[in-house]
Amino acid sequence: MIALTPDPIDISSAYKYLQTDGAGAIDFFFGVVRDNTPGADGQRRDVEKLEYEAYGAMAIKEMQKIADEAHRRWPILKYAIVHRTGTLRIGEMAVLIGVATPHRAEAFEATRYIIDTIKQTVPIWKKEIFTDGDVWVNATP
Amino acid sequence: MKTPVSVLLFGIARDLVGQSAIICSLPQQARISDLLVHLHEQHPALAGIKSLLVARNGEYADADVLISPTDEIAIIPPVSGG
Repeated sequence: MIALTPDPIDISSAYKYLQTDGAGAIDFFFGVVRDNTPGADGQRRDVEKLEYEAYGAMAIKEMQKIADEAHRRWPILKYAIVHRTGTLRIGEMAVLIGVATPHRAEAFEATRYIIDTIKQTVPIWKKEIFTDGDVWVNATP
Repeated sequence: MKTPVSVLLFGIARDLVGQSAIICSLPQQARISDLLVHLHEQHPALAGIKSLLVARNGEYADADVLISPTDEIAIIPPVSGG
């Protein structure tokens, strides 16, 4: 299951989707909105909210490529990759990765691979909104 | 003879240009590299972005790839999902 959604991510429906009799492990990663970020000067800046934007059709395609590669590397029985779009407040879930495998080691490894690669290749962007300005993350030197 | 090519802009690129889609007038047989030169000439503010990639029909495209007027072209600034 791969999805982009403007609505809050539902953990229990993802868990239900991942359950399968051959699975001995289901691993989840949740990316959530933190209330601070290091500024350019290394000082902590308080974050008010994040705005996520996606190039939807391409983002889905790139997430599918990552899932396919994970499938080649590990014995994945089921997976779920769900990413939010729009405005997210502190504590809200921005991304859910779930992987079901026969044993735990490959579930941990595949989950880590999927989230790490999403951050590198999938056309989704986040803007941090502060009380006194905003910045597109990772976009400027 | 110039060909109009429509280009989608996202994230910081859209903010700097001020529009989510623009039409670029490119020579026929233009490549991705020609588009990037054209964009930087027309919108010097884009130089403030760390790096720009280009997608053609939903796939990352190398600099030497030819652009057809019917292609969906998108400018991809550094991604920051997750």
